[in-house]
Amino acid sequence: MNAHSISERLPGPFLAAGAGPDGEAMTREEIQAKVQDVLAEVLGIDEDEVTPRATLTGDLGAESIDFLDIVFRLEQAFDVKIAQGELFPENLQQDPEYVQDGALTQAGLSALREKLPHAEIDRIEDDPRLARVGEIFTVDAIISFVERKLGAAA
Amino acid sequence: MRWLWIDRILAIEPGERLVACKAVSLSEPHLHQHFPARGDDEALPVVPAPLIIEGMAQTGGLLAGHARGFVDDVVLAKLRRAELAFEVLPGATIEFDARLSNIDDSGASVEGTVCVQDPSWDGARKLGEIGLMFAHVPPQREGLQVAEAFRTLVSASVRAGGPGIKSFAI
Repeated sequence: MNAHSISERLPGPFLAAGAGPDGEAMTREEIQAKVQDVLAEVLGIDEDEVTPRATLTGDLGAESIDFLDIVFRLEQAFDVKIAQGELFPENLQQDPEYVQDGALTQAGLSALREKLPHAEIDRIEDDPRLARVGEIFTVDAIISFVERKLGAAA
Repeated sequence: MRWLWIDRILAIEPGERLVACKAVSLSEPHLHQHFPARGDDEALPVVPAPLIIEGMAQTGGLLAGHARGFVDDVVLAKLRRAELAFEVLPGATIEFDARLSNIDDSGASVEGTVCVQDPSWDGARKLGEIGLMFAHVPPQREGLQVAEAFRTLVSASVRAGGPGIKSFAI
């Protein structure tokens, strides 16, 4: 058997090239359209379900591995590198200063605000149980993150 | 990893790509249940689609594990998509061509193409594509160790020769 892959000899592209912004800064509408594409693809839902105010976990049914999938696909779609902890929080619950009795402390909320300026911390401020942390990520929050990342914010 | 579901590594580009194959045998007991004869219908032994996905998961998982020196276990966490075009019969060889599209401390994503060579055909046919996500988890002590499984595969593959694997050191 030839040790080279059969698929190499088949027609058609294997992977779609990641389309990055070329030249002109993207508008928020352009970013939104691509983010909606990414989220619909990752979560296996229709694009029209991906409304700006929908939350990833509550409304769109995202699970933990989907967050990594979202990071990977945003990197590809916008040709950027997203560090761990940059878009979504990491190792939050392991810090006793930030989490007590299964809820975020004031210090934890402040840390989130500082580290994740795109996230909507206000949504959980009155009831900052860890289980609700997913609610700080709306489709809008992801769009805002990408907008900052691309330096496209007005 | 509970068992090895691939037989041979055909090519490896560390951190980028791993190609493996599996020979399908009618001695695999599950083929007699999938599907047995029923009434007037004759038995139809075809490889269950989840086991084709398992083959890609093992190929992609070994690629991801090897890329990080097997410091973590690599666990299949999400089936992004799977499109398989036809049934695979005993006697055929399935080839899994896995490419690492992304990897970091928490996990990896792999895009794979599956092809089939059947002794009754001229040449190979593309069966489909499978996209997978893996999570990195602390190493487990039970079951077949991933690094050990990889060494077994590499050992058999090097012995068999072939340009894709010859230059690769374990």
